[in-house]
Amino acid sequence: MIPELGHFALILGLLLALAQSVLPLVGAQRGDRTLMAVARPAAQGQFVFVALAFGCLAWSFLANDFSVMNVARNSYSRLPEVYRITATWGSHEGSMLLWVLILGFWSTAVAVFSRHLPEDMVARVLGIMGLISVGFLAFLLTTSNPFTRLVPAAPDGSDLNPLLQDWGMIMHPPMLYMGYVGFAVAFAFAIAALLSGKLDAAWARWSRPWTTVAWAFLTLGIVLGSWWAYRELGWGGWWFWDPTENASFMPWIAGTALIHSLAVTEKRGAFKAWTVLLALVAFSLSLLGTFLVRSGVLSSVHAFATDPARGAFILGFLAVVIGGSLVLYAWRAPKMITGGGFSWFSRESLLLANNVILVAALGAVLLGTLYPLFMDAMGLGKISVGPPYFNAVFVPLMAPALFLMGVGPLVRWKEGSLPDAWTRLKWALAVAVVAALLLPFTVDGFKPWASLGFFLAVWITLAVAVAFRDRLGHGAGGVGQRLRSVPRGFWGMQLAHFGVAVGIAGIAVVANFESERDVRMDVGSYAELAGYTFTFRGATERDGPNYRAARGTVEVTRNGAPVATLHPEKRLYNASGMAMTEAALHANLFRDLYVAMGEQLDEQGAWSIRLFHKPFINWLWLGGAFMVVGGLLAASDRRYRIALRRSELPRGLAAQGA
Amino acid sequence: MKRWLPLLAFLVLVGFFAKGLFLNPREVPSPLIDRPAPAFKLPLVGNDAASFSPADMRGKVWLLNVWAPWCVSCRQEHPVLMQIAQGGRVPIVGLNWKDRDREAAMLLARAGSPYLAVPEDLDGRVGIDYGVTGTPETYVIDREGIVRMKHIGPISPDVWKEKFEPKLKELGA
Repeated sequence: MIPELGHFALILGLLLALAQSVLPLVGAQRGDRTLMAVARPAAQGQFVFVALAFGCLAWSFLANDFSVMNVARNSYSRLPEVYRITATWGSHEGSMLLWVLILGFWSTAVAVFSRHLPEDMVARVLGIMGLISVGFLAFLLTTSNPFTRLVPAAPDGSDLNPLLQDWGMIMHPPMLYMGYVGFAVAFAFAIAALLSGKLDAAWARWSRPWTTVAWAFLTLGIVLGSWWAYRELGWGGWWFWDPTENASFMPWIAGTALIHSLAVTEKRGAFKAWTVLLALVAFSLSLLGTFLVRSGVLSSVHAFATDPARGAFILGFLAVVIGGSLVLYAWRAPKMITGGGFSWFSRESLLLANNVILVAALGAVLLGTLYPLFMDAMGLGKISVGPPYFNAVFVPLMAPALFLMGVGPLVRWKEGSLPDAWTRLKWALAVAVVAALLLPFTVDGFKPWASLGFFLAVWITLAVAVAFRDRLGHGAGGVGQRLRSVPRGFWGMQLAHFGVAVGIAGIAVVANFESERDVRMDVGSYAELAGYTFTFRGATERDGPNYRAARGTVEVTRNGAPVATLHPEKRLYNASGMAMTEAALHANLFRDLYVAMGEQLDEQGAWSIRLFHKPFINWLWLGGAFMVVGGLLAASDRRYRIALRRSELPRGLAAQGA
Repeated sequence: MKRWLPLLAFLVLVGFFAKGLFLNPREVPSPLIDRPAPAFKLPLVGNDAASFSPADMRGKVWLLNVWAPWCVSCRQEHPVLMQIAQGGRVPIVGLNWKDRDREAAMLLARAGSPYLAVPEDLDGRVGIDYGVTGTPETYVIDREGIVRMKHIGPISPDVWKEKFEPKLKELGA
């Protein structure tokens, strides 16, 4: 009964989404206020019904209703409760439902927080978002119904993929989708602006907070995914340039370019056509990511649902949405006049350089991700493109952008002064160069890539400090008062940039100075790594709720002093029969000790064990966290909340901020 | 004109994606095709005294099916293999890959065995010689002991009809 209710709610959601899209779009074109007014209630109603459907699916999982195919395939009676709930989005169908749910959430958020926007803008934005909802709801109902019954019911489920039974995996998809789908708002704003022909600074200001929030969530989702892969896959790697990862990384790069280009469009009215194109591209890449992961076009270590029929549907949908928006772009964009000019050295020109580099990096990742497909489709053979390509192309491409990151925020709009920037940044540059040359020796000898990383990290950090000094150096009141008067946009930008610096430092150290050993360990034997002694105390059998495990005990000491006792596990999941490596970690700010069990080697209890020393790995997640908080802070800036025109603001305030 | 460039680029991509939907990225062509099947001699599941070697199959067209009791898609293809075995057209040898024999023997006792023989490849060495990427995989080997075809993934009735039957006919089985 409950699953049927969910199915029915999903159908009602589709009908409401149709109303949400068709009526307001027609109304906005005709100037009919009654039709336009449908947008808000329809969006909220659609969200309510999709949420109801989602609740029904979650209930089916929680109640172990194995007469629902989705539950039977992705859950298990002895699966712990929390994973039964998260299994709701652990399957293809469930995760697509989550996609639509989050789209409904964003639509409702736009409906609620758009009181100050013109009615026709709201109608168009919600209408476009409704169209996307229609597509995805139709996709769910026709090819991926999460409520399909299984007759006769299965006696028990075949369990949730053990890889997904992890805290990081619980949070990763919702956060990632919040980002992916959040770009739908920027997309809808861009389409609405193209339709209405009002592509101005106001449009950029309305899009900006939404885009920044979506970007922050996407950042969080990617960081969580990386953190999950690091702990759960047992290889100690944190980024594999896997197609699925690239699928989330490409919208992130486009989104990063977009938030910077939006800044120019809002402040200076320039780059309009380019900003619109980026808004279209960011969301298109989100859709593309969904297509790549869902269709099986590219093989991947963790594409967990592949089916050509679904792929064909998404491809058709992709062609309509992206193709349609690009036609609209080609047709409408040339009619817009571009904004004021700027000199070769100004914040605009630096942000332009940032955009060019980011888009080039995006192209490189896209090419690498799709190259195997191109080759295969043209019958030129099967190849795979791995980390060597991506590292060789991506790192050198990004380095100049990261260098400019230090300069950009300190240069004035329109007409910057190179000598002035030099005066303010020369010490930062000198310190960064010296740090780059000396720091590697404090770890483990000189390595050029590590030096590049250190240089960029120190450079960006010092540039952030200089920006704060400049900002606080003059003005009225004490430092505390001046600090409070700094707008959140500024805080957010600097914090996010600092996060990048922290992340780079982490990558530079861990990529260049990590060490690992694969050892055979008899009970009582020890192995040394990076100054730590790992003693194997044997493995014991342990029964988990839905698995059996061999639980190893590894004592870690340093110069005789105990550091930690770690318990890595090798699990065999009962229902799926899958074996899983559960690594054990001892973490602090400066290093992780990471122990993973391999295979049992003999009857005396010897195991092959993998030991990792991961210096500074946690700086990666920390840097990501700074970026997320920075993004959210910037999006909550006061000027987005008050519906004032820029001309009405005091001149000083208008010139400030990101 | 340059406003149309993004659309143009996108349409090219769509073309490739459409083509890509009908390709299987996991299917890597095996270098073993038209080469002699690598020799091995392995004990049988449940009977360590007996052994199996591809040389035993000289003069017959046969299938080498790589499977394991823990592999879900192997269970999926199990009924299809049972049917093929009952048809009696071609013998199937089931290489039990990287697994202890106890579980394999239990599973086959319970669900029935489509196999003529079940050699066990405990450490996966033979799997490496054959370039096994995962389970299940099936090799078609001809009367002279030459590998003629490799199929990755479970055999469905459709796959059997469209891919295996023509090949077997060609080989005269």
